[in-house]
Amino acid sequence: MLVHSRKGRWAAWAVFFVLFLPLFALPLLVIVAASFSTSWSGAFPSGPTGGHYAAATRGESLEALTTSLVTAVTASLLALTVGSWAALAAANLKKRGKAVLDALFVLPVAVPSVVVGLAVLVAFSQPPFLLNGTRWIVILAHTLLVTAFAYQSVSAALTRLDPAFEQAAASLGARPGHVLRRVKLPLLLPSLNAAAGLCFALSMGELSATMMLYPPDWMPLPVQIYTATDRGALFTGSAVAVVLMGSTLLVLLAVSRIRTRASYR
Amino acid sequence: MSAAPAAAAVRAAEGKPDLAHSGIRIDGVTVAYDRNIVLDSLDLTVEPGEVMALLGPSGSGKTTALRAVAGFVRPVAGRVFLGDRDVTDLPPHRRGIGMVVQQYALFPHMRVDENVAFGLRARKAPKARIPEQVAEALEMTGMAGYARRYPRELSGGQQQRVAIARALAIRPGVLLLDEPLSALDARLRSGMLAELARLHRELPDVSILHVTHDQVEALTLADRIAVMDQARLRDCGTPQELYRRPRTEFTASFVGNANLLPVTVTDEGVDLAGRTLRMPTGEAAAGAGATLCIRPHLIGLGDGPNALRGEVVEIQWQGATHRLHVDIGGHRLKADLRELKQPPAIGDTVTLHFAAQDAVLLGSGVGDG
Repeated sequence: MLVHSRKGRWAAWAVFFVLFLPLFALPLLVIVAASFSTSWSGAFPSGPTGGHYAAATRGESLEALTTSLVTAVTASLLALTVGSWAALAAANLKKRGKAVLDALFVLPVAVPSVVVGLAVLVAFSQPPFLLNGTRWIVILAHTLLVTAFAYQSVSAALTRLDPAFEQAAASLGARPGHVLRRVKLPLLLPSLNAAAGLCFALSMGELSATMMLYPPDWMPLPVQIYTATDRGALFTGSAVAVVLMGSTLLVLLAVSRIRTRASYR
Repeated sequence: MSAAPAAAAVRAAEGKPDLAHSGIRIDGVTVAYDRNIVLDSLDLTVEPGEVMALLGPSGSGKTTALRAVAGFVRPVAGRVFLGDRDVTDLPPHRRGIGMVVQQYALFPHMRVDENVAFGLRARKAPKARIPEQVAEALEMTGMAGYARRYPRELSGGQQQRVAIARALAIRPGVLLLDEPLSALDARLRSGMLAELARLHRELPDVSILHVTHDQVEALTLADRIAVMDQARLRDCGTPQELYRRPRTEFTASFVGNANLLPVTVTDEGVDLAGRTLRMPTGEAAAGAGATLCIRPHLIGLGDGPNALRGEVVEIQWQGATHRLHVDIGGHRLKADLRELKQPPAIGDTVTLHFAAQDAVLLGSGVGDG
């Protein structure tokens, strides 16, 4: 730790608790508390119950959870493929070309996601690209939104990758494809892993673009939470939110457990 | 033409180095980045089986020359030949060279044996023979007991041996060494130096291009040394030639750290700041300016022929030797003397001498003598 004196360390912890707990942890705890209660009129919730979870894990909500998981996994895999491909291509470009590509891939992040949602809606509502009304328009929008993060993290990892590995492999007679498969991708695996986790988490929580696009038979969990709370079912909404939070964290934990041989360096 | 590659494949399968691809010819190669010339029309030939050291300070273009041979930079002019093959337009993976770099570049996600097998697999060597060839390469570098380790579990010196084994496993006709020892500490370095010399004796057909900034490495290992400075080749010759009879001031100072003193040629010898030193001057005309080159360890303390008196300005004890810096009429002379019982103090006046045949005269109008 950078703070050396005992007093300083205590002060640092105090600041951490004063700032971190109310800002980050408390709202999440409030949701958890709300999900177990039937009314909240005083300082604390009352009427403890597990009934909301029964509703949150079956029927419509379970379907929404599956929808969200399928959307997030598909979008993450697509984004990872496209993002890595683009990052690998960009690494071989000259300075100006790379700057153009960097800017292009940062666009979906820089532009508000409502705008991205609207753009996708307008663009894909007419034949020959008629995706409106299908699940694919949601998956497409999510892919568009998270590819930026995949591209950026793979791009950053590539600049850190020592070119000596690639050159050593080439001098040993390996074709570019062989170098990519056997040397570069395995060495990039830790970053690909991290990027996949990030893409997944972002897609699981995406609401604003999804709201404009989702068809009736493909309603992801965040939309479900929004509609539940919108019609006044605050506590049921909280339970669904906890399920969303829990399942996202579980998947992230699983992804982070995938340790690669390269990460032992 | 079709017979040559087939024969090469047979030789490679028999485990013999590829003779047709041994030897390097660098023919007027110029490399430039954005009009900044980093290698200026280099001509250099490495014979089959020869060890050529490319010696020079950083930024002298020596690594660029090696990278041009390996195929990592594209010359703007000139050709590169490996054996009788023009490889200038070939990508690195089709050149068939072995390369060892300073930072080893072992693949961290592969075990030692997988690292060594990488080149064989990439070149689609017969699968059944790979384990045998890997074992042989590891045996050669003394790493046979470490086949199942990961690179991170090895010391720097061991990693370097694996890197060498990996380069040798593909039986290259040409081996490129890019500062292979500079990441090792002094003791390991001298051990690896002996090791590299032994490997070369065991592989008499392999041409080795060894890039280094360390003159000891070059003098120890090389059959010939090419001295480079500021993107150009300054000198090329056997270590003995370069050390005893350097042709340029740069070579004299870079190889062996010689004293370089401006002198004027006279009828009897040369004139150094008013002192006459008797020595052969070759064909140089009297009155011409020249540079006197003398190695610090060839200077003795006390009176003798070609004596020079001067004031000690610095003295460094280096264990086996004392290095004296002596001011001779405004010029500083370094002398390495066997450890002195009673070393002079700074400010003392001392007399130094050297034998005429130990000095070399360089400069305009001075012949090779």
